[in-house]
Amino acid sequence: MIDKYRWYEKLAIYAGMLVFLTFILAPFVEAFVVSLRPLDQVFRVPYRFITDDMSFSAYVTMWESVPRLGRYIFNSFFISCCVTLLALSCIIPAAYSFSRFSYKGRDGLLGTFLAINMVGSAVLIIPMYKLMLNLGLLNSYFAMVLPGAAFSVPTGIFLMRSYFLRIPKELEEAAHVDGASRIYTLWRVILPVALPGIMVVAITTFISAYAQQFLFALIFNSNSDLHPLPMGLYEFFGRQRIIWNELMAASLVGITPVLLVYIFLQRYIVAGLTAGAVKE
Amino acid sequence: MQRKIDYFPYLMLVPALALVMTIVAWPLIETFRLSFTNASMRRTVDYVGFKNYIEIFEDDFAEVIVRTFIWMFFGVTIKLVMGTLGAVLLNAAVPGRSLFRVLVMPPWIVPIAIGVFMWSWMYNGQFGMISGLGQRLGLLDGPFEFLAYGSSAFIATIVTDVWIGTPLVALYLLAAMQSIPKELYEAAWTDGASRFYRFRRVTLPLIAPSIATMALLSAIWTFNSFEIIWILTEGGPRGSTTTMIIDTYKTGLARFRYGEGAARAVMILVFLSAFAALYVALLVRLTRRNGAQS
Repeated sequence: MIDKYRWYEKLAIYAGMLVFLTFILAPFVEAFVVSLRPLDQVFRVPYRFITDDMSFSAYVTMWESVPRLGRYIFNSFFISCCVTLLALSCIIPAAYSFSRFSYKGRDGLLGTFLAINMVGSAVLIIPMYKLMLNLGLLNSYFAMVLPGAAFSVPTGIFLMRSYFLRIPKELEEAAHVDGASRIYTLWRVILPVALPGIMVVAITTFISAYAQQFLFALIFNSNSDLHPLPMGLYEFFGRQRIIWNELMAASLVGITPVLLVYIFLQRYIVAGLTAGAVKE
Repeated sequence: MQRKIDYFPYLMLVPALALVMTIVAWPLIETFRLSFTNASMRRTVDYVGFKNYIEIFEDDFAEVIVRTFIWMFFGVTIKLVMGTLGAVLLNAAVPGRSLFRVLVMPPWIVPIAIGVFMWSWMYNGQFGMISGLGQRLGLLDGPFEFLAYGSSAFIATIVTDVWIGTPLVALYLLAAMQSIPKELYEAAWTDGASRFYRFRRVTLPLIAPSIATMALLSAIWTFNSFEIIWILTEGGPRGSTTTMIIDTYKTGLARFRYGEGAARAVMILVFLSAFAALYVALLVRLTRRNGAQS
């Protein structure tokens, strides 16, 4: 057996964890504290961390100040789900093609996807706006779903391809001998085996789509019924007088669903990273 | 096997190609075309040759480029150092580490914009936590508005960027550390190597390729970063946090000078292709070293 930690090493590890978590969680703690204060007490000088007039009233009044909050949370989930479904229906066949067949131009195409992966969406926003305008998609869910999916397809292809490469070729050969068509083989033989990999791709796509809805909504959508959560709160944030306690309460309530999703599915996320592909 | 062209693998690429070509590749080409025009809100569009490119450098664009690279350098370096330390902590076999793993990830999970709202409150001089604690501890004489001064706003945007980016770096390097065979550590331990020595001679060399990969990816993401700066400072005060992306956005979409904005976007693409070339070269080298691993 390898040596155990000595007491001072353990102390150093826990101290390190404490420092790390303080940095990571401070904004959340501060947001929570602010959300508990009455508004006139939020702007208190000098700064105090805990006071005795804290209450959950902002969590009640925020539904009046941000009447569409529920709608925003739904939109965020709806957009991310659509992005994930659309992206998967592009990623799976493409990754299968890249991993199972050798043909002319394959490596070039794969390299093109890799290169496109480097371009951030903010760089292309001007012509993308014109594109959405010409297609008549501005102020619709499509304007937020299509770009979200397009920018997550390249990474997804790389991740999915590495999963397909690990599935033994004998599986398809056996199916082929039995007379199964290639579509049938992919659908009924390969996909069930690749399901854990598909889960990983789906979850990482979902989370990155959820984290990055802001820009597309800011530029392509001015219909506040369709706004995802970050954009809905940004409108609230941009007002002359920010109602900070309600903004923080709404932010915390808004991110709770995705945090729950993450806690239940986190082992897939770690698995996705171990597979060697990364997502922003 | 007969030598007939097999269309099946090409057909499988159609959905992905159709989507990426329409949404990404076409705007990419259009950016190049626009950069040679004077496109704006007006109806008429004329080709103006390299005028936009020449004007870029008559502005303070060189300054913007330098600032972007300083911003990126500090952001990426701190993220890598903290990410490596974080991965070591995440990898330590002590009770409570699975809880630690869960608690470290939220900055990556929550929408970037919402994390940034929280930080903009933290930086508030009158009521924010940092200024408040700074005064309590006697580090600050009075309320300090972090986003109101050039240098402190610059640092503040880097800190927020580090906060958002570090968890993923840590998790990725943790994955790399866990793929190191245990036998190596046991062999080193049998030879009497101390824990620090094992880290330096076993862990670091073996995760070096992952650190290099992450450094490049992180540089690309940091370079492309828009929301953090835009929500915190909109590039201000007086341009002190204006990076290339922010400058492009301001010119192209806030002031509706599409042509000039597109020329700036092309400059960004030039830098990005340099990063992409480095990344591909790195991948090729790593694959060659690890044999035919995919």
